Formats: sequence, C-alpha cells, structure tokens
Amino acid sequence: MGDYFTLVIACIFVNNILLIQYLGNCPFLGTSKRMETAVGMAMGVVFVLVMAGAATWIVWTFILKPFGLEFLRTLAFILLIATLVQFVEMFLKKNVPTLYSALGIYLPLITTNCAVLGVCFINIDNEYTFMQTLVSSFAYPVGFGLALILLAGVRERILLARVPKPLQDTSIGLITAGMMSLAFFGFKGMV
Amino acid sequence: MAKKTVFQEFKKGLWSEVPPYRLVLGLCPTLAMTKGVDNGFGMGLAVTFVLVCSNVLISALRKVIPKDVRIACFIVVVATFVIIVELTMQAFTYPLFLQMGIFIPLIVVNCIPLGRAEAFAYKNGMVASFADGLGMGLGYTISLTVLAIIREILGNNTFWNHEVFSSGFQPFAFMVTAPGAFVCLGLMLCLMNMLGKK
Repeated sequence: MGDYFTLVIACIFVNNILLIQYLGNCPFLGTSKRMETAVGMAMGVVFVLVMAGAATWIVWTFILKPFGLEFLRTLAFILLIATLVQFVEMFLKKNVPTLYSALGIYLPLITTNCAVLGVCFINIDNEYTFMQTLVSSFAYPVGFGLALILLAGVRERILLARVPKPLQDTSIGLITAGMMSLAFFGFKGMV
Repeated sequence: MAKKTVFQEFKKGLWSEVPPYRLVLGLCPTLAMTKGVDNGFGMGLAVTFVLVCSNVLISALRKVIPKDVRIACFIVVVATFVIIVELTMQAFTYPLFLQMGIFIPLIVVNCIPLGRAEAFAYKNGMVASFADGLGMGLGYTISLTVLAIIREILGNNTFWNHEVFSSGFQPFAFMVTAPGAFVCLGLMLCLMNMLGKK
C-alpha cells in the first residue's frame, strides 16, 4: 500500500505532468482562462486517461511485446486513444447525457493532448505493473487538473489587473505558470 | 483567399505565423527541449521533417481521404513519419535520442503537423503544401534554437556544450529548470508582441 501512496504523491506533486514534465501545455494555456472550462478539461482528462492507460498497457503487454512490434507503439497508441475517445463520446452521449453535456466539447481535444499519450509512454517506459499503471494513470491527470484549476483561479484575477499590453494573455499566463512551477519545485526530493 | 505565391507560403512560417510564438502551438517541446542548443535544434529538424513529409503526402491524398475520417487519416500519416524519425535517430544520433526521450514519439500529438494538415495541406496543392511545411518547420526550428541559445548561455554558460564566458560569469541555473522555461517563453512572447507582425 505504501508504495502506491508514494506513487500517487510522486505523480501529483513531485513529477507534476504540466509544471515539471512539460506535457499537455497547449490545453493548459488554452482552457485556463475561465474556471468553468478548466474544471471540464481536468475532469475529461482524468476520465479518458484512466481508460487509455489501462488499454495501452494491455495492448503493449499482450499484443505488441510478444510479437516484437515495439516500434509500432506510437502508431498503435495514438490510434487506440483516438478510437477510445470517440467511443467514450458516443457512449456518454447515449447513456449519460448529463456527463456528456459537461465534458462533451473537451473530449475531442483530449485526443491531441500530449499529456495523455505521454503518460501512456511513461507507464510503459517505467515498466509498471497493471495496478501501478492504473494508479499512475489516475494520479497524473489529477496533478494536471490541480495545476490547471489553480492557474485558472490566478488568471481570473489577472483579468482584473492592469497588465502591460505586450504581456497580456498568453504571455502573462506563461509567466504565472512559471511561478507556479517554481512553487511545485519545492516538492522535489520529497519522494 | 487570394492566390499566394509559393514563396509567400514559405515566408509566412518564418515570421508572421511562426508556430510557437504567434500561433502558440507545439508548446511542450518548446519548453522541454530548449535546455540546450543541440536539443532544440534537433527537435526543430525532426518536426520539420515530419511536417514537410506529412504535408506533401496529405496534400497528394487530399482527394482520396474522406472528409468524415480525415483526422484519423492525418494521425496515421503523421505517426508513420514520426516512427521513421524515431528509428533513424535511434540508429544515427543515439545520445540525442536518449536526451529527447519521450518527446520524439510525442511529435504525433504536437499540434503543428496536425494543425497544418487540417488548415493547409488538405485544401492546397502539393507544391504550396511543401513550401508551407518547410517554412513552418524552419520557423519552428529557429524559434526553438533562439530560445535554447538564451537558456543555455544564461543558465549553463555553454553554447552547444562549449564554454562561452571563461570566468567571472556565474550562470544562474534557474534558466535551465522548468520554471525558467515558462518565464523565458513568456518573455519571448512579450517581445514578439512588442515587435509586431510587420
């Protein structure tokens, strides 16, 4: 149990996917302008990544590795994620319309979110077991969501401040993210 | 859209629509791969290769690819070229391959090749798509290299792993860490906004 707890802390804080590993920065800056979109995106990523992590692990262990097709993993994983996202979208639309209306518009964006594919690769590269894969596929997007929602909170305040014209919008967003990243650096060496 | 010359398509990628600064696309490698000039330059060239090849191929196949499944087709084309780059780099530039690690396969989900395929190559001829891909790719390479030069010299006092200032210069390690990357890119965007579109 202790190992899994360490893994969760490591994934959420120490190796925060956005601020320390620099993955998934396009949606990070794109959807952090408003709290509403940030929460939607964060939930969508958690939802998809748990399934994608498990699916890619199964494909890797039982199909690609036994047949010596390791070099195909990029192609296989991205197609798997794309179809999975499409499938989830259809399933939610039909069976859970409330969740669909909350997450719907974010789902297609998640296909090209490099955090999703990145975490799948990290799971494989670290040779995690199936349980560890599930835990890390859940904890990484939670860290993603945490950083995204924190930044959205800060950016909503920045809207009220007077920012010099060239620094406005993405520029000040990046500098804010830098400051947050510095704060997350404090967790380094904790695990 | 008025008919643009091939040269104009090439040129817009270099300044007025240069990917990481103007379009704010492909940020992850821009942040992660600019610790050193060799990384930044290598990443830029890898993206350029993928971009040029996928642009030309998608443009050639644009009449065959059905509209409904075009994104999936684009992803397959881009992923194929990414695998080529990955295997080539593993064979010939192994140290660089190890340093760049996970970011090479992640070129697939880098928004630039997909974005250009959707916005340009699917609608335009092969020559124009080639010019567009080359311009965007070189623009990306230059942006990454410039950012990498600033970060490597200030943060590590080296340029392409050679020392720059012999003594009396204390490099500030902040620049080569993650927070430094964000701040540096933010200031770079600010500078580009000040310079204007021209």
